[in-house]
Amino acid sequence: MTALPNLTPAYAEIFLALAGMALLMVGVFRKKDPVRGVTMLAILAFAVAAVLALATNGAETVTFNGLFVVNEFTAFAKMLILLGASLAMLLALPWAKNEGIARYEMPVIMVFAVLGMMMMVSANNLISLYVGLELQSLALYVLAAFNRGNLKATEAGVKYFVLGALASGLLLYGSSLVYGFSGTTSFAGLADALTGAQDNVGVIIGVVFVICGFAFKISAVPFHMWTPDVYEGSPTPVTAFFSVAPKIAALSLFLRILVGPFEDLIVQWQQVLTVICVASMLWGAVAAIAQNNIKRLMAYSSIGHVGYALIGLVAGTQEGARGMIYYMLIYLFMNVGTFAVILSMRVKDRYVESIDDLSGISKTNPAIALALTVLMFSMAGIPPLAGFFGKYFVFAAAVNAGLIPLAVIGVLSSVVGAFYYLRLIKIMYFDESAETFDRPDFSTSLVMGVCAVAVVVFIFLPEPLLAGADAAAAALFQS
Amino acid sequence: MNGFVENLPLLSVVTFTPLLGVLLLLTIRADDPEIVARNSRWVTLWVTLGTFLASLLIWTNFDSSTADFQFVEKAAWFPQFGIDYHMGVDGISMLFVILSTFLMPICVLASWDAIKTRVREYMIAFLVLETMMVGMFCALDMVLFYVFFEGVLIPMFLIIGVWGGARRVYAAFKFFLYTLTGSVLLLIAILAMYFVAGTTDIPTLMATEFPFQMQFWLWLGLFASFAVKVPMWPVHTWLPDAHVEAPTAGSVILAGVLLKMGAYGFLRFSIPMLPLASEYFTPLVYGLSIVAVIYTSLVALAQEDMKKLIAYSSVAHMGFVTVGIFAATQQAVQGAIYQMLSHGVVSGALFLCVGVVYDRLHTREIGRYGGLVHNMPKYAFVFMLMMMGSVGLPGTSGFVGEFLILTGVFQVNTWVALLTATGVILGATYMLYLYRRVIYGELVKEDLKGMLDLSRREIIIFAPLCVVVMWMGVYPMSFLVVMEASVTKLVTDYHAALDAQTVASGLVDGVRMALGR
Repeated sequence: MTALPNLTPAYAEIFLALAGMALLMVGVFRKKDPVRGVTMLAILAFAVAAVLALATNGAETVTFNGLFVVNEFTAFAKMLILLGASLAMLLALPWAKNEGIARYEMPVIMVFAVLGMMMMVSANNLISLYVGLELQSLALYVLAAFNRGNLKATEAGVKYFVLGALASGLLLYGSSLVYGFSGTTSFAGLADALTGAQDNVGVIIGVVFVICGFAFKISAVPFHMWTPDVYEGSPTPVTAFFSVAPKIAALSLFLRILVGPFEDLIVQWQQVLTVICVASMLWGAVAAIAQNNIKRLMAYSSIGHVGYALIGLVAGTQEGARGMIYYMLIYLFMNVGTFAVILSMRVKDRYVESIDDLSGISKTNPAIALALTVLMFSMAGIPPLAGFFGKYFVFAAAVNAGLIPLAVIGVLSSVVGAFYYLRLIKIMYFDESAETFDRPDFSTSLVMGVCAVAVVVFIFLPEPLLAGADAAAAALFQS
Repeated sequence: MNGFVENLPLLSVVTFTPLLGVLLLLTIRADDPEIVARNSRWVTLWVTLGTFLASLLIWTNFDSSTADFQFVEKAAWFPQFGIDYHMGVDGISMLFVILSTFLMPICVLASWDAIKTRVREYMIAFLVLETMMVGMFCALDMVLFYVFFEGVLIPMFLIIGVWGGARRVYAAFKFFLYTLTGSVLLLIAILAMYFVAGTTDIPTLMATEFPFQMQFWLWLGLFASFAVKVPMWPVHTWLPDAHVEAPTAGSVILAGVLLKMGAYGFLRFSIPMLPLASEYFTPLVYGLSIVAVIYTSLVALAQEDMKKLIAYSSVAHMGFVTVGIFAATQQAVQGAIYQMLSHGVVSGALFLCVGVVYDRLHTREIGRYGGLVHNMPKYAFVFMLMMMGSVGLPGTSGFVGEFLILTGVFQVNTWVALLTATGVILGATYMLYLYRRVIYGELVKEDLKGMLDLSRREIIIFAPLCVVVMWMGVYPMSFLVVMEASVTKLVTDYHAALDAQTVASGLVDGVRMALGR
């Protein structure tokens, strides 16, 4: 008889799984207005899960026969995911009410998506990695098409599903090659087996496939094609969710797997990632210029930001990992804040998405204009806002790793990118006003305000935020 | 009193008081936009005046006998990365702090009636701008410096874009993207320095010796940023656009302080940190500066727009400054700093002069004016004084700077001094030509006849500027003495570094010869 595995490290995930099922029951059996209750309970569940995940914080613990691992890095990544998901859920609440598609399934599915992400982040084996990834992916496909009466939303859902399935296939195929040539799927085993395996062509091809699969999930060029369509078609709060939580989860896992089991193949994967990183930064900056739908614009913007975050990964050092974690943290606030602004773009009870709808809102809605201006300058990486420091630390890591050409390309593409962020500011401040937006809902304003203030005051108090990131990066490079 | 001042973090106070003003402005609550505008103007005026008075405490407590950094403040900021909040001033930077705080109340007064829309936002932008400018001159950490240096872009972009002229959007984007492109290369250079030295502390970096190959690239990175800011030919084209479209006070700050940031960068970073590369690239700087002096002077001569003319003259005057800095003699560098201060006051005043007539006639076209001396004698006097200051007439501030630069450069390179000196003649040509067309002649145009002379508010604006221009022209020692020790150290260290290099390479040659190779 085998002993029960140590459940302590996985309390957060177990709790969230149970909470998801319980919330489903609440939704089914509650008669009056289940959405609000379920959403609030889901956010509460996230908070409890965060506490549980933090409680496991400390030394690295492996459980479930090596399938599952927690350390300071996974704890930190889970915090970010839970924070992003909670903020997105706050944004979804008024949206669902306004659009008249208030269904309690949405928060429930989001809970399961987050569960998948947390499993991913803690995966310590190619199999558990895949299970977590699929759990989140399947939940996300449903969320993309959640507004099922809308043609664009269903199109987005199908597109996302087909391409996402392809990506999962690539990942699985790559994993099978890695397993075939090294004989193990566990991260620890792989790290041993791949020592000195630089000329093992099968493993390298497998790793390249795995990278391609991840590149799909984080929407890095050239695997980004689905992003603009899915961003545009999905309901806006879902897009907000897509742009942070799954990206952070996939980037964290990407980081863990490349500097963990595949550490010895750094020379090989560095080449692949450099191309992906440069292409993402440049294409994200250039293609966004021509966009007129703000959600498509944000899609290209997120492609560019993934490129910058990947600089830290390409560097392959602890400093790079730290820069990447900082970047994700700051990106979370900038992006969620921007989507809160997009969700307050309502004219006469109807959501609008064209950037021309922002014309002259500095006169009619000065607070929204100010928030978006701060967020855009931050995204463009202009000091003294937080976005600058996100870029600074990844570029610093790149320069320290001797990747000066990469850093130069990065800063130059950030100049190109600055153009379209400035364009939004120009439309808001320099153009004549068109229409006044409706008064935004309380929770939307709250999220917007919190994010904009966080971006501004970051410069005064970087310490508490970054201390956690430092510990996380250190945990990654302990072994 | 003295003890109190010594214990005060004076630089932080001066830097961040404007930000407190921003908070004050945000608390103004009134339904009537007129009341909000009026309160915003008064609050901003008092805050900027207070900041100016506080900055005068820096001057009165400044010790001119030492080249060390004074009023130093240091606090951990990003300790993991060796980035500190480190502030301090020496003789080179102190007067620029005063210049910034001095021009600010004048800008507020100049915008009093000219800005009618979104006054509160306008004042907020100016106060943020002041924090950035003062912080930049006080920063003793490269990252901190960069934050302030780049942060200037945000308020300036909005000032040009929201309150500017007809082509303001084009000008604002051009200004922003030009400067940003240069600055990001500076960022890479900062990161590379951090990589070698393990810190971004400016005094430490000044003491660090970088190998020549590295200095070469670092210098180019720094140059990309500072040359755009100065601006040097051929990357000066953003300046005329930005000046023409910016509101008057925006032009004053642009010409008065923002252009100095580039030259200040050369003095603070390029020369002391990268002496070998600075010497290597000196011919390049000379060449570009001479082109700037001669070419943009000729361009200025052909302008029909008053602001454009003064903008081009700024490029020419900054050409003097860069020549002076890279000549790296005591007189030339002191002259360059003096010229910057003088240009800050004079060109700011000239833009205000343009603003005076623009407010009345709403055109800047030179051909629309003429004969203003007949009905605006006070204006004609002020304009003449500033014009003379710009030309460099003895007795005005412009003379001292130009004379010191030319004397200093002459000792190093006769030809460069000769060619630069032609700028003095050309400068006189276009300024006198401008003055003749605007002020002299017959007062024939009907709409000009109704124009009133300077108002009380305008006299209050110009009076301190006139006093400073003459003070700087008649008794330059009160300013030169402040910078002397710091400049001496800068020049001595620079030449010591070059000599060490020569000795080292001489030794290598000697050893090679001895070995018979």
